[in-house]
Amino acid sequence: MLFGRVKWGIHPKTHKTATANKPIENMELPRQVIIPVRMHIGAPAEPIVKKGDKVKTGQLIANSSAPVSSNVHSSVSGTVVDISDKPHSIYGQCLSIIIESDGLDQWAEETSVQRDWKMLRNDQVFEIIKNAGIVGMGGAAFPSHIKLCPPKDKKIDTLIINAAECEPFLTVDHRIMLEYTLRVATGIEIIKNLLSVENVFIGIEDNKVDAIKVMRDVIDENSAKIVAITTKYPHGAEKIIIKSLLNREVAPGKLPMDVGVVVQNVSTAVAICDAVVRGTPLIERIVTVSGSAINIPKNLKVRIGTTFSDVIKFCGGFKQTPEKLIMGGPMMGIAQYTTEVSVIKGTSGILGLSKKDVNQVDQSACIRCGKCVNCCPMNLNPSMLGILSEKGFADEAKNDYNLLDCIECGCCSYVCPAKRHIVQYVRYAKRLVAEKAAEKGNK
Amino acid sequence: MREEVSTNLELEELSREESQIFEISSSPHMHSDDSISKIMWTVVLTLMPATIFGVCHFGLTALKILLLGALSAVLFEAAIQKLVKKTITVADGSAFLTGLLLAMCLPPKVPFFLPIVGSFVAIVIAKHSMGGLGYNIFNPAHIGRAVLLLSWPVAMTTWTTMDIRVDTISSATPLNILKQQGYPHLIELFGSRANMYTDMFLGFRNGCIGETSVILLLFGGTVLIYKKYIDWVVPVVMIATVGILTGIFGSGGVLSGDPVFHMMAGGLIIGAFFMATDMVTTPITRGGRIIFALGAGIITVLIRLLGGYPEGICYAILLMNSVTPLIDKLLPVTKEILHAK
Repeated sequence: MLFGRVKWGIHPKTHKTATANKPIENMELPRQVIIPVRMHIGAPAEPIVKKGDKVKTGQLIANSSAPVSSNVHSSVSGTVVDISDKPHSIYGQCLSIIIESDGLDQWAEETSVQRDWKMLRNDQVFEIIKNAGIVGMGGAAFPSHIKLCPPKDKKIDTLIINAAECEPFLTVDHRIMLEYTLRVATGIEIIKNLLSVENVFIGIEDNKVDAIKVMRDVIDENSAKIVAITTKYPHGAEKIIIKSLLNREVAPGKLPMDVGVVVQNVSTAVAICDAVVRGTPLIERIVTVSGSAINIPKNLKVRIGTTFSDVIKFCGGFKQTPEKLIMGGPMMGIAQYTTEVSVIKGTSGILGLSKKDVNQVDQSACIRCGKCVNCCPMNLNPSMLGILSEKGFADEAKNDYNLLDCIECGCCSYVCPAKRHIVQYVRYAKRLVAEKAAEKGNK
Repeated sequence: MREEVSTNLELEELSREESQIFEISSSPHMHSDDSISKIMWTVVLTLMPATIFGVCHFGLTALKILLLGALSAVLFEAAIQKLVKKTITVADGSAFLTGLLLAMCLPPKVPFFLPIVGSFVAIVIAKHSMGGLGYNIFNPAHIGRAVLLLSWPVAMTTWTTMDIRVDTISSATPLNILKQQGYPHLIELFGSRANMYTDMFLGFRNGCIGETSVILLLFGGTVLIYKKYIDWVVPVVMIATVGILTGIFGSGGVLSGDPVFHMMAGGLIIGAFFMATDMVTTPITRGGRIIFALGAGIITVLIRLLGGYPEGICYAILLMNSVTPLIDKLLPVTKEILHAK
């Protein structure tokens, strides 16, 4: 009964069987990595190495003094061959540090420690997480140390570990729960301690039966409640999972901490565990490589900065020319124009989608069938939002149809029989609203 | 020189392979299999049982009317789209459906030009002068029918004798008989009340080509509900409203009416399942659709019991079409606004 309605969300074909049962495989070391200095929400980090420098795996190569930013580490050992603008999977172009691997994979000294996190003070743990460059790994890549250090006036009472993984194709969180269960548990304990909360929920979609079982076996019921939530897209969206588990609503433009909640992805918990217990900075992540156009779909452990072309080559290349190359899930992921972009901290998936998967034909006028209204989890009228936004009526969309409530989950565009680009129009209108607000601010 | 050319070619090939460019777009990158043409052709398919029954029941002239209606609608759509230089979209089936629905709501022996004129009005005036599919305010098929009824009132109300069940001869529709000769006469014609109900349920009565067989229309409608192309509340509320009101306000005082007869008579079943559920011209929210169905039911009963026409589905739906934007405006989707304004 989300938002007072039984009906919301959609049931797209999950396509998860291609990789759900495949154990995480280590990808071979790439010959070269392209590491963008901006892989997170916030200010780009600034390179602290220069061309020709020798670096070791896990060595800090870019940092920033900006309040919202994240450190960047080398993911291989070798030589910095260039620092220049390269294609970026989110920002188009981004300053990147290009490191040629020496193939030895020598780790920096500070990265090989073994410590008992319980002996550490909270501020030490916080520093470790900050220095390790950990960001939210569900896709948004919000720096974790900021989430974990809420302002004093925000009282946090609940921690939600998001393991819903509602996006089709992706099986990263699923495999992590199965294979890294203990590290997940430790990560959760660390976060719990840092925030000093007692109330912990782990939301897992009920199609991951094995993961729910393993997690229940390992994690004590008193330390975290594991909730099997219905399999439905977008159940893993931050606002939706908060509403679903706690019945609290996060207003547009607000953060979960405003309602006393911190949401962390299950992969982030593992990264936090690795950083705190073993001193490993965030230099590799699990990526699902899937889609009908990929020859051998796999779950891979990939070094940050590995190019998509290397990853795809490792998975047997393309079976057919993909209609779309996606970073992330098919519902909210970002289409890539080239395989030369690299894996970044928020890359949960690399998908080569065939024409049949995409099924996009030319859009036509809205026929007012109401499917979008029925599935919108935010209780909006996407039909009208799409029509108004298309024509640039951003104010009307904002004032009469709550434009800013839209979480851009894409349910409306998915179900639309007229194949209208509703989400695209909504994004356009949101930008118009932001521009207008900025103009007002300038005056 | 030749060598240079060949290396150039090789380079070009290499670079093409290296710099394969993919299409980019805004998310989502996955879409359901639903499409307008799938919806429209499914509706056409679900209308087929009732249509085929109509042809068997009324003879080949009915087939001629149906074909003329549907095909001329397709032709008119193609012509108008070519004229205004739009993409021709007759393949999506919406014009075919409009023409078919219009012809199904015509008496079986109208002159051959009537379905053509009706399709012209429906497609060119009611649909494309408004901007085409998705922009029309009124149900095109019903606009076509309304224009025909006003322009050729005699042809549109001349009912032929039934070809199959000669024993229940009548040259008028049951609703006509009820209006002109009264309820006892109606029962007399069918033999008994039970006979009347059976005949009407199966479709052995006079009426428009596609509206007579209640059971086949119910079957088609149920398929659409199952496929989630129409919302079940619309036909249920509309038919129930007609049943309740006609039951209460009978000719012999309160509660003397025959709700079962009224629910099966005329174009109510086809109207409630296939016209009042037309996506474009009805409200977008469920609440709005309930109001729409309720209003259409009330107007139908008003026309049937108090108005000059024996049947009122067509006008009831058209009148409710006109208030659809208002209903949508008054009943916005958002029930709880997430943030204080």
